[in-house]
Amino acid sequence: MLLDKFASMARTRAELEAAGLRPFGAVTESLISATEAIVEGRPVILAGTNNYLGLSYDPRCIAAAQEAAARWGTGTTGSRMANGTFAEHLALEAELAELYGVPQAMVFTTGFAATQGLCATLAGPGDVILLDADSHASIYSGAQLSGAEVIRFKHSDPADLEKRLRRLGARTADTLIVVEGIYSMLGDTAPLAEIAALKREYGGWLMVDEAHSLGVLGEQGRGAAAAAGVADAVDFFVGTFSKSLGAIGGFCASPHAALEAVRFSTRAYIFTASASPSVIASARAALAIMRTEPELQRRLWTNAEQLHAGLRELGLAVGPQPGPVVAVTLDDRETALAAWQRLLEAGVYVNLVVPPASPTGASLLRCSVSAAHSEAQLERIIAAFDACVVPCATAP
Amino acid sequence: MPDYQICVDYILSVLEPRNRGTRPLGEDTDLVADIGLSSLQVMELIEKLEDHFDISIPLNILPDITTVGDLAARLRNLDG
Repeated sequence: MLLDKFASMARTRAELEAAGLRPFGAVTESLISATEAIVEGRPVILAGTNNYLGLSYDPRCIAAAQEAAARWGTGTTGSRMANGTFAEHLALEAELAELYGVPQAMVFTTGFAATQGLCATLAGPGDVILLDADSHASIYSGAQLSGAEVIRFKHSDPADLEKRLRRLGARTADTLIVVEGIYSMLGDTAPLAEIAALKREYGGWLMVDEAHSLGVLGEQGRGAAAAAGVADAVDFFVGTFSKSLGAIGGFCASPHAALEAVRFSTRAYIFTASASPSVIASARAALAIMRTEPELQRRLWTNAEQLHAGLRELGLAVGPQPGPVVAVTLDDRETALAAWQRLLEAGVYVNLVVPPASPTGASLLRCSVSAAHSEAQLERIIAAFDACVVPCATAP
Repeated sequence: MPDYQICVDYILSVLEPRNRGTRPLGEDTDLVADIGLSSLQVMELIEKLEDHFDISIPLNILPDITTVGDLAARLRNLDG
């Protein structure tokens, strides 16, 4: 029967409901600031929102969105290919192209559409997509849709990537290498200098998804490739407005003039309505702030170091380096569920990640840090982990 | 590309520690139904095969693979 395959998921959902747990889809009932909200009836510090620069609640971004809504209306009601290309969309594309120092950029309605759509379109039957094993679901989904041969390499392992490039031989000319700047679940940064060197040596086309590194790394927040000094090796910069820019949408910037032809070949771009002008306007305002206020990125990293050091000193299993994502690994799913709930009750919202969404098979209490977090808020987050997680966590 | 029987033998050597049944593993062993491999464990098996035979195995072939024999047959036909 068609729906039988969902029975297991339905049972899991029912068990969580019966236990009074809602870790997946917890309801934010009201927002107090970029870092505080009422979630599931409780006032909490938001430590799992990817709002890295805290710009979702910046008055300048809100004003830009309000003005655009008043001027352009609430939605475009059409595709970019039809009536949905407004001056706001073109202005943002020009600003993104300028940010990356390339001639063209294109804007998508969501980040998922950008990565899925481009992977599905850039490569086709007879081509190869060589992707990092820990790639985002949108990349896997696009690769699957592409009809290309899909080969994965071990996560952030240049030696393994090199083996696969060597095996491909002349086929590297038809190979799209896909990596992320910062990986979303564990917050680790890709070894882009080594990856770019391999691309130069063996050939291939390099796509870097800067979803979690835009605004977080590099001068003016350009991202991980710029921070590694290898932006000139990147063929396709992709990313999202839904993290550092506090809005929603996706983009691709490329030095290749063919991007304009790709634009008119990408289903995820053509067969969907374009982003609302208010969303684009707030993304533009946030982009300008990101580029001109480097203190936001500095504060983000100061905060990341405070949270990483605090959780590590508690003996929790965090990653080796601080970063905007600080994930605590717990071996057992039930332990993670219970710890997530206790954290919420103690006034801290984090993300719960369980297999198969987690990259290692373990469960994660995933924190994301914001420039808008105060030192006192970070201390409260650390104290909550001490009270709620340390008693049930095993030593790293 | 590796010979079919060599592939079967190597796959069985990797999987044998996971054999919790009374029957020996063979070409007809179902990777999920008989051994209970999770998707993560399937990928670990694929990585071992890739390293051992110095090949890259496309993810595209996985939906068509049920048994040890299916996997070995597909490895034999890979380009490189």
